[in-house]
Amino acid sequence: MSLLEVKDVEGGYGGAPILNGVNMAIDREDIGVIVGPNGAGKSTTLKAIFGLLEVTAGSIVMDGHEVANQLPDKLVPLGLSFVPQEFNVFTEMTVHENLEMGAYIRNDDISDTLDYVYEMFPPLKDKRKQNAGELSGGQRQMVAMGRALMSQPKLLLLDEPSAGLSPRYMMEIFETVVNVNKSGVGILMVEQNARQALEFATKGFVLAGGNNRYTGTGRELLDDPEVAQSFLGG
Amino acid sequence: MNELIFFVNKVLISGATLGSVYALGAVGVTLIFGILRFAHFAHGDMMTLGAFVAFMLVAVFQSLGIQTPLPTGFIVLPFAMAITAGLALGIDRGFYQPLRAKGVKTVTLLIASVGVTLMMQGVIRLFAGTGTRSFFENETKDLYRFKLPIEGVRRSINFSEPQILVIVTTVIAVIALHFFLTRSRLGKGMRAMADNPSLAQVSGINTAAVVRATWIIAGSLAAMAGTLLALDVILKPDLAFNILLPIFAAAVVGGLGHSYGAIAGGFLIGFAETMSVFNWAVLLRPFKAGLPDWLPNDLSIVPSEYKLTVAFVILVLVLLVRPQGIFKGAST
Ligand SMILES: Nc1ncnc2c1ncn2[C@@H]1O[C@H](COP(=O)(O)OP(=O)(O)OP(=O)(O)O)[C@@H](O)[C@H]1O
Ligand SMILES: [Mg+2]
Repeated sequence: MSLLEVKDVEGGYGGAPILNGVNMAIDREDIGVIVGPNGAGKSTTLKAIFGLLEVTAGSIVMDGHEVANQLPDKLVPLGLSFVPQEFNVFTEMTVHENLEMGAYIRNDDISDTLDYVYEMFPPLKDKRKQNAGELSGGQRQMVAMGRALMSQPKLLLLDEPSAGLSPRYMMEIFETVVNVNKSGVGILMVEQNARQALEFATKGFVLAGGNNRYTGTGRELLDDPEVAQSFLGG
Repeated sequence: MNELIFFVNKVLISGATLGSVYALGAVGVTLIFGILRFAHFAHGDMMTLGAFVAFMLVAVFQSLGIQTPLPTGFIVLPFAMAITAGLALGIDRGFYQPLRAKGVKTVTLLIASVGVTLMMQGVIRLFAGTGTRSFFENETKDLYRFKLPIEGVRRSINFSEPQILVIVTTVIAVIALHFFLTRSRLGKGMRAMADNPSLAQVSGINTAAVVRATWIIAGSLAAMAGTLLALDVILKPDLAFNILLPIFAAAVVGGLGHSYGAIAGGFLIGFAETMSVFNWAVLLRPFKAGLPDWLPNDLSIVPSEYKLTVAFVILVLVLLVRPQGIFKGAST
């Protein structure tokens, strides 16, 4: 059984269902990448896993626990962490306080994890006393990821970590994602820069109209002419 | 010199006393706004409620024959704060929480708080009647006079005991609040939730606990403000409903949701009020010889019956010119 198993999940925001049968399985060694057109339900899938919208059918099992419709304050202790697509830092709190908020549920000593995060994102160390709202887009993304890592998750959900970043920053963030994964954290991320992300993905999911169209390794999706034709821009 | 001391007594000391009460009320309003996103209209009556709780505790203390060096109304303050915090939690549980659970718009909560305020006014009058009471029926209100060792100075700087207690207690409360918000986990969680509620939830912060902490702090500060105000002036059922306007003005001036702004706003409104009703002609008296005759004897900006309009004017000006509050940049 995988660390996270999403089976035939349906759900939405109260109106017409947005997800109609999403399936995913992710292990701790995996980097899963979800791609698909705008409005496909990619963000909605991550929110459904993280208990932020109602799941009306299907199951979500995290580390052996059924977690569909569980609230985040139950999910974070299970080892799940989420970086939303936007508004993902506390703008009026310092970088350091942002990281502390990521460790809110912990009662043990967090200094090792702080060191780990500052090592993973060196620019943050100099800015630790600065309010997160005063940072550049790329640095904010680092704060957001750092915050999510502070709870020592087994699985990190990332919604478009490279959105709005220059190609150089994008590659930097992707490198960090790979490093985080190497340090033992499973990754499930949504990406618009599909080709670059699928290059290092161990699992790829093409989502459209609220369900999986294609599932495979990153390589398989890149090599599939139909996927390339319809979803990766030729 | 005598005129200057008159100014200190009438403007600075009164202003600091008034400002302290406004600040304590405004911090509660601003914290509730930051966390629950609605203007808590019943906050004035929560202050009055706290003062009446303190008054009842005083009656209990005195019937037990307990004598205290400081005014009994001040000694019972911690108990009154705890009881009022409990009542605030109960009010939230009974009225606001069910509405939030239904996901109503925040304006609905505002209207609900108007209902709560009317209900509280009724309950207070039901139990305590409509008359005024004094915390000093069986005790004396001490007055401290500080004579300046200067030749020819007849006037003294006057502090009443309640005035000193108001100012000192407020300073302590503000410092304690500062340490709570910047050092404690729950306090930082409160700031996080005020900053970005959905991200706070995503971080695993127990938002229900933060809401409870907010009511506990707002309720106990309201009891503190109400009791101190009643000690300084008089206890009556419309004690704090009357000053709801300056309290909200202070919170808005400080930028709703910003605690430090609310404190600064409270003092700003307090001083603005005392300065507006101060007769500035007094300060000109020593130079009377050199002044033209047509200068009127009363140079106050507004007559004291119109003191409340000061807060109103400031509120309107701030909303027109800087609706985000004049202390932008101060966080939480
Ligand atoms: N908060 C919401 N309330 C109601 N409907 C929503 C909400 N958020 C998204 N939707 C709808 O759900 C559908 C899927 O949105 P979602 O955000 O999951 O798309 P996405 O695949 O992440 O797209 P993008 O690439 O633009 O981020 C859209 O049709 C959108 O209109
Ligand atoms: Mg999205």
